[in-house]
Amino acid sequence: MRVVIAEDLALLRDGLIRLLGAFGFEVVEAVDNGPSLLRALTGHRPDVAVVDVRLPPTFTDEGLRAALEARERVPGLPVLVLSQHVEQLYARELLSDSSGGIGYLLKDRVSDVAQFVDAVRRVAAGGTALDPDVVAQLLTRHAREEPLQRLTPREREVLGLMAEGRSNAAIAGRLFVTEKAISKHTNSIFGKLGLPPSEDDNRRVLAVLAYLGS
Amino acid sequence: MSGRLVDRLGERARRALVNLVRGVLQIVLAFTVNLPLFILAVLSIAFIPLGFGVVMVPGVLQAVRAVANQQRAWAAEWSGVEIPVPYREEPPGGLGPFRRLGLLLTDPATWRDLLWTLLNIPAGLVLGALAGGLTLYGLEGVFVAPVVATVTEYGWGPFWPLEDYGVAGYAGTVVLGAALTVVSLPLGGVFLKAHAVFTQSLLAPTKGALTARVRQLAESRSETVDASAAELRRIERDLHDGAQARLVALSMNIGLAEEMMKHDPETARQLLAEARASSGMALTELRDLVRGIHPPVLAERGLDGAVRALALTLPLPVDVRIDLPGRADAPVESAAYFAVAEILANVVKHSGARRAWLQIEHAGGRLLMIVGDDGTGGAEPARGGGMRGIERRLAAFDGTMAVTSPPGGPTVVTMELPCALSSPKTLPSSGTG
Repeated sequence: MRVVIAEDLALLRDGLIRLLGAFGFEVVEAVDNGPSLLRALTGHRPDVAVVDVRLPPTFTDEGLRAALEARERVPGLPVLVLSQHVEQLYARELLSDSSGGIGYLLKDRVSDVAQFVDAVRRVAAGGTALDPDVVAQLLTRHAREEPLQRLTPREREVLGLMAEGRSNAAIAGRLFVTEKAISKHTNSIFGKLGLPPSEDDNRRVLAVLAYLGS
Repeated sequence: MSGRLVDRLGERARRALVNLVRGVLQIVLAFTVNLPLFILAVLSIAFIPLGFGVVMVPGVLQAVRAVANQQRAWAAEWSGVEIPVPYREEPPGGLGPFRRLGLLLTDPATWRDLLWTLLNIPAGLVLGALAGGLTLYGLEGVFVAPVVATVTEYGWGPFWPLEDYGVAGYAGTVVLGAALTVVSLPLGGVFLKAHAVFTQSLLAPTKGALTARVRQLAESRSETVDASAAELRRIERDLHDGAQARLVALSMNIGLAEEMMKHDPETARQLLAEARASSGMALTELRDLVRGIHPPVLAERGLDGAVRALALTLPLPVDVRIDLPGRADAPVESAAYFAVAEILANVVKHSGARRAWLQIEHAGGRLLMIVGDDGTGGAEPARGGGMRGIERRLAAFDGTMAVTSPPGGPTVVTMELPCALSSPKTLPSSGTG
């Protein structure tokens, strides 16, 4: 799997290259600033990009902007954004084109290597990987709102894990129940949120977006 | 060439006409506003012993200040004479009627205002009339006097030598009138300037006011220095007791795991897992610390983005309207952000509100921030605590805060910070920003 890395701190960049290399990814380019990131993304069209939010030259949200612009030029280009802090504002911006293939994680999550690599693979496959911090904020903030109140506590738990981007099998493993039980829960969640079955849309992403957008 | 001459004459005539109008305005102000206002002020002060003066004086003095401020604005606009406003600031949080009266009557600027109100009655008349009067008189000498004098005895004869000298008299009148018109054209501005200087001598801050201002600045500076020193101590303590201690434990665990690797890989694995958990906690602590010093999103997106991001994390809906054409200096931005954050935190903690709204804009060199909620009201800035902290933060930049929060609500907090905006903000190329 071909991957582009954007990280300005050499120590972290080398670490990411080594880490992803060890898990069989092919790092086609590792850049350290916003403009070269945009060039690398549109030039290589990698299977997935791992991008730091803050990059030179402005050291603001250069990486995020480059990722958004690249996705505008190459729709659906999978991007996993890493940050020293997570903001709902940025999560919304990343998810706003609702085409999937988006991840937004705290840099700390890299330390759990297996989970991190799993998140990169999920994003590359067109799924989502939202940081548990963002999801927790979303669920507390919207707990008072109408549609969410109709969910049972168990369904809310399932929605939280779904928003992080986990599959039914993974959620079932986490909650120590069968996959079938989870699929019953997800169908009930889709029903309560008014998301009809459809072949084109990723209802899991839409369910999360329903909360981001409200 | 003659065209340019006509243009220049036209421009001069236009300026003379403007000065004439301004002079008339001064006269009107002196007689229709200054005169009654002065009488009213004297009367209301005299009524203080009778009681209702207590209520009247603040209102009348407010009107006097409004007129004086208008005159200050005119002096700056018409003659380029800048006159700073000298009034003492009302302490935040509002005053009782007697304390307000005391503050007004002990402010030297109040008495200088009144003196100006009195003296401007003749000064406004004379300097206002001179401004255009000479030009008008010159024009009258050219166009009106000679014509009128041929049909009737002209009342202003002594000023224009018409009858006594026959034809020479008429010719002389026209020539002198024309000369006076030309000479007086630029004089209008001079008289207006003279009036502005007269105004400045009474309405500008005195040395006492400047001393008071210096004292106020020294106070707010020492408060700021104290506050930032306390903040640094807090950060040092947090680092020392938190992240630093955790990192020591972390490297200890890793060292131990290294030793254990050969004999007891299972314990080594456990130690490493512990080390990872502890590094995660250290990172969380550092992140919270950084957020407390300067939120990263503030550095990345400025006040606009940071406040929007903040509003998203609150447990109640916040209607955010922000109109900022650029970014303020980092320290001002930071003060503004923490002030808004503190107010919103109060809304969440104390108000019992179901909704809140927030408006930020920049106008007239001031950053205006208004936060409102539909809660139970009764917020009391004088009680100290968070609100006092915000006041101190804002005072360091000459900013102010006003709270209206009647029991039963709603609460509206208005904050102002004088500042300039620079470098237009850049938005992400796509997204819902």
